[in-house]
Amino acid sequence: MTGGFTAPQIDWAQLAPIIIVLGAGVVGVLVEAFVPRGVRRNVQLALTLLASAGALIAVAALWSGVRETGGTSVVGGSILLDGPALVIQGVVAALTLIALLVVADRTETGESAFAPAAAAVPGSDYEQLARRAGLEQTEVFPLIMFAAGGMMIFPAAGDLLTMFVALEVLSLPLYLLSGLARRRRLLSQEAAMKYFLLGAFASAFFLFGVGLLYGFAGSVRLDAIAEATTTVVGLDPLMLAGVAMLLVGLLFKIGAVPFHSWTPDVYQGAPTPITGFMAACTKAAAFGALLRVVYVVVPSIVWDLRPALWAVVILTMAVGTLVALVQTDVKRILAYSAIAHTGFILTGVVALTSSGITSVLFYVLAYGAASIGIFAIVTLVREVGPDGVVLGEATHLSQWTGLGRSNPWLAVTFSLFLLSFAGIPLTAGFIAKFTAFSAAVEGGATPLAIAGAVASAIAVFFYVRIIVLMFFTDAPRAGDRTGAEVTVVKSEGLTTVAIALTALLTVLLGVFPSPVLDLMAQAAKFIP
Amino acid sequence: MTNPYVPILVMMGVAGVMALGGVAASAIIGPKRYNRAKLEAYECGIQPTPHAVGGGRFPIKYYLVAMTFIIFDIEVVFLYPWAVNFTELAMFGLVAMMGFLFLITVPFVYEWRRGGFEWE
Amino acid sequence: MTSSIATHLPAAVAFSTASVPAEGLLSLAWLLVALPLAGAATLLLVGRRADAWGHWLGVLASAASFLVGFAMFIALLGRPADDRIVNLHLFDWIPAGNLNVEAGLQIDPLSLTFVLLVTFVGTLIHIYSVAYMEHDVDRRRFFAYLNLFVAAMLVLVLADSYLLLFVGWEGVGLVSYLLIGFWFQSTANAVAAKKAFIANRIGDLGLLIALMLMFATYGAVDFTTVLGGVDGVSQGTLTAIGLMLLLAACGKSAQFPLQSWLGDAMAGPTPVSALIHAATMVTAGVYLIVRSGPIFDGAPDAQLVVVIVGAITLIFGAIIGCAKDDIKKALAASTMSQIGYMILAAGLGPIGYALAIFHLVTHGFFKAGLFLGAGSVMHGMGDQVNMRQFGALRTYMKATYITFAFGWLAILGVPPFSGFWSKDKIIEAAFVGEGWRPWVFGTVALLGAGLTAFYMSRVFFMTFFGAKRWNDGHKTRPGTALSKQPVQHPHESPRLMVWPMIVLAIGSAALGGLLSIGNVFQTWLEPVTGHVEEHEPVLAVWLIMTLTLALVAAGLWLAYVQYAKAPVPVVVPVGSVLTRAARKDLYQDDVNDALLVEPGKYLTRSLVYGDRQVVDGAVGGLGHIMVRLGEVVRRSQTGYVRSYAAMMTVGLVALVAVVLATRI
Repeated sequence: MTGGFTAPQIDWAQLAPIIIVLGAGVVGVLVEAFVPRGVRRNVQLALTLLASAGALIAVAALWSGVRETGGTSVVGGSILLDGPALVIQGVVAALTLIALLVVADRTETGESAFAPAAAAVPGSDYEQLARRAGLEQTEVFPLIMFAAGGMMIFPAAGDLLTMFVALEVLSLPLYLLSGLARRRRLLSQEAAMKYFLLGAFASAFFLFGVGLLYGFAGSVRLDAIAEATTTVVGLDPLMLAGVAMLLVGLLFKIGAVPFHSWTPDVYQGAPTPITGFMAACTKAAAFGALLRVVYVVVPSIVWDLRPALWAVVILTMAVGTLVALVQTDVKRILAYSAIAHTGFILTGVVALTSSGITSVLFYVLAYGAASIGIFAIVTLVREVGPDGVVLGEATHLSQWTGLGRSNPWLAVTFSLFLLSFAGIPLTAGFIAKFTAFSAAVEGGATPLAIAGAVASAIAVFFYVRIIVLMFFTDAPRAGDRTGAEVTVVKSEGLTTVAIALTALLTVLLGVFPSPVLDLMAQAAKFIP
Repeated sequence: MTNPYVPILVMMGVAGVMALGGVAASAIIGPKRYNRAKLEAYECGIQPTPHAVGGGRFPIKYYLVAMTFIIFDIEVVFLYPWAVNFTELAMFGLVAMMGFLFLITVPFVYEWRRGGFEWE
Repeated sequence: MTSSIATHLPAAVAFSTASVPAEGLLSLAWLLVALPLAGAATLLLVGRRADAWGHWLGVLASAASFLVGFAMFIALLGRPADDRIVNLHLFDWIPAGNLNVEAGLQIDPLSLTFVLLVTFVGTLIHIYSVAYMEHDVDRRRFFAYLNLFVAAMLVLVLADSYLLLFVGWEGVGLVSYLLIGFWFQSTANAVAAKKAFIANRIGDLGLLIALMLMFATYGAVDFTTVLGGVDGVSQGTLTAIGLMLLLAACGKSAQFPLQSWLGDAMAGPTPVSALIHAATMVTAGVYLIVRSGPIFDGAPDAQLVVVIVGAITLIFGAIIGCAKDDIKKALAASTMSQIGYMILAAGLGPIGYALAIFHLVTHGFFKAGLFLGAGSVMHGMGDQVNMRQFGALRTYMKATYITFAFGWLAILGVPPFSGFWSKDKIIEAAFVGEGWRPWVFGTVALLGAGLTAFYMSRVFFMTFFGAKRWNDGHKTRPGTALSKQPVQHPHESPRLMVWPMIVLAIGSAALGGLLSIGNVFQTWLEPVTGHVEEHEPVLAVWLIMTLTLALVAAGLWLAYVQYAKAPVPVVVPVGSVLTRAARKDLYQDDVNDALLVEPGKYLTRSLVYGDRQVVDGAVGGLGHIMVRLGEVVRRSQTGYVRSYAAMMTVGLVALVAVVLATRI
């Protein structure tokens, strides 16, 4: 080593949102260690809610500075706090806050969505014991904080190693959380295992891509790689393969076809509040990182990547839409709908215009809010055993028939979210789709926009099918059902608040999107 | 033939031949004499059991020890280079290392408080 | 008068797209939408507590909106003619990059015509529904939907950009979906609701694609930019946009080949049929085409397709109307056919825009009147809709009979009733032009008039004339098929239902004539549709008119002989091939079935249990193909992590290969 070491200047204030959230995670672990069991849950809940609110405030406080300077490079360029990164951090913080409400809710049954003792073998005596003792796996809260912290670093990473670390920091807690469902534990554990294996597989691709790019550019910094794409000659295959592998790692996280196969199984198996959290926040963070890679590294080689990216976009929209048509499980339908939406958001990514960035930022917020809301509603619709005991969620479509008459408010809100997914005007989903498609048109990707319009027209079919089932179909007589009797449990209040907030967001962003869109348009600039 | 990757390509080819060839060769020319011991699953020298002992439960201590070991292993990986460059890294290095040590300690404390070290 | 009926040639059409910002009274135009919206919100939010007075709030909201509209009308009349396009900026809606959509209202003669029609007829139908829905437990919810519909329809016509128009467009679609399915207890209604929704979606797709094409071409979607900037745009682009707009219009206005949902939509309550499926929503397609006039003027090919679609639907609807025994379905077929007239007129270019809107307005009155009359008959006959079970009702329901007669004469185009003034002009306009077109389209329009006279007279005579074909309880011989029917006590409807019918009847009688004096209506619309010079049709005007009236008389006479003089069989006779075809909507559903459904039928079985109840064969057919595709793709989801990993690896290899292939 030549030359002395100079300590990097770290502007801690710029890192405030990340530090608050990760700090809450660390404190959360200590809470697990020292706080007595009885009050642990309340302490954890208060701590995590405060932390995500604090992060949100920190993001807001940083906003004016970022707007003026366009963004700053922190920790020697490892973290780039620019407009898109800050907006994604804000979105993640806000959506985590709402998701936590759903996670914490134990409903009138007094049981949370998580296994009382995750280490107990499913069906064992120990599990029964833990259940009767009313144990709770409150580690869920710090885990969510760690995941959220990773999600906030992910879109702000200025070099590929930081990005990789962030990817792992956000993924590992999610693998664990997916396996913690209280009901259908084997399904949940299987989902977690699959998610972990495939996630590791995708991480390997990502790392391999990082390696190739380092070989190409001699640096893992995004700006250096971007510069190298124009200056270095003769090593193009190395660079292209590297970028392609990097993209595979990111496309896996957002669930784009053909790297989507984990999505339905994991969405179905994971505890439903976690599914909502994943659908909303992971997607936002991963799209943030994808945006950065695509907009900073790719522009000079856009012509090489275009066919492949277009193919991925069209495949994603098509597979998500078509397979959702034949699903009979609400959570799986929503999973495939998530895949289709990934395709819609991707049209904004491949637009490669600044309005494309705006549309993606808006879309992840609109989609995330509706996702948390819709999965929150799923947690409330339960099966009832023959002895009147409330069991797990009733997710088969036939069990949702007639819900519109027995629970009009719930069904109306659910329909609102579905209509937003379908892109009906005056909902956030419409504005999101419209901005994404028009950005695609502006960026010369009109075929993608048209494919997107066709896909969303087909998608209406399965969204409306659920609405029809809820409102226009009679609840089948007892015995006709495929599953058990169905009831809607009352929430403790937290889930209700979350549903109300997300519904409000969905409508507000649909009718008066301009303040938010304005803000996101101002933020739509990456610093190299 | 100035492409710098040709050697790499050749090496990949050789590696492929070695990997596949080894398996193929042993399958083709190796003697096949099976006995009971050879057909049994290999479990670190432990007698294989059809089910985990104790009605579906198996001791988790082994994993705890392994994971605690990893924690300290990683700690050492960082501590050693830091110690070597202690003067050069100066105050910044000290503070960073203390932070790192603190974060490493947190899960350790968690493990300890949750009875992870009580060896019945 | 008649001889001065203007037939015009597209001269140098000066579409006025310059607009002025709203001021004074006109800046209150947002109230038009806000009032019914507030009504709907109140009714839905207050809930059951509003059951006692909710319907009157609905009426009030609609009436207030009409009053505001009328005030706007006066204010607009007070301005000079070229100053009558007023824009009201509401708020910046979607600022996204280069696209900047503002939410704003455009108040001009065209939109205000619609506002007056929608709110006036809407208010009458609100009043009518107070009595009609009296015994429905969900009357309040019904009025909330009606108000919501009025609001959405007003957004549609007042929008100053295609995007906001799209909001209203989806809105009316959604509300009509709710209203058709209002009595969702019956499965048939749910099926009809879904069919309508999906047919509309296909149309909406057209509008969406048109929006994108506009954005790609102009970088904007507001009327001023799009319609004002057609000069610099290639004809191919305009044709594409025009055809997509036409697709949208076909879905919404039940035009060929997306017409099949309208008949089924009659499953909803009758006031809904009157308001949505006769007077307002279904005519939105006509509005869209007239509004987009400059685009179609720049794309003659698209215009020709518009005319052809109009002509086909016109005949198609009329033939179906001749065979339907369900009074509402017969009226629905007639609506389809009459809108065919409007679309045909709109496709004729500037010469026809004002005529299309004129017919739309008169049609709004007499068709709404006819539907309300039908509702009144059903009300008195225990919800019977089969005309073979009616007969001789004129003595039992005097007011209904007379008002229905007014509507009947109007739709026939008998002078001096409204329909005569508007339809006759369209027929004459269809005869204008060169080459084969005037002959073909003129003849079709002429034949349509004769067919209309036949099937509408059939409806009229079967219902009000001839012998009683219902069980009155004492004179019916026991043992006959008739005596097995429920006993009917036909009676006149309550006053709240009769008065709206009377008002509409007066409109059916006088409106057309009044608006024709000195071409006042066309002059009023000129700022939007442009001024056109007169032009002679290929046949003399007097000859066309005589031919029309002769055909109408012939149709009427034929119907009289068949359905008033001769006894009408209660049991449906087998009928000729054409009759049987017409009864089945000319096999439209079967065509859809054969093309789309059969191949995917085995897959429908695999659909969810619950969905089996609501799956419909016809328009859903397209869906079934998609379902089939979905089944194929689903097989890749095996559940084995190894196959997922393999899929990812293959995907990676393909991705890298495609990326690297670009360099080879």
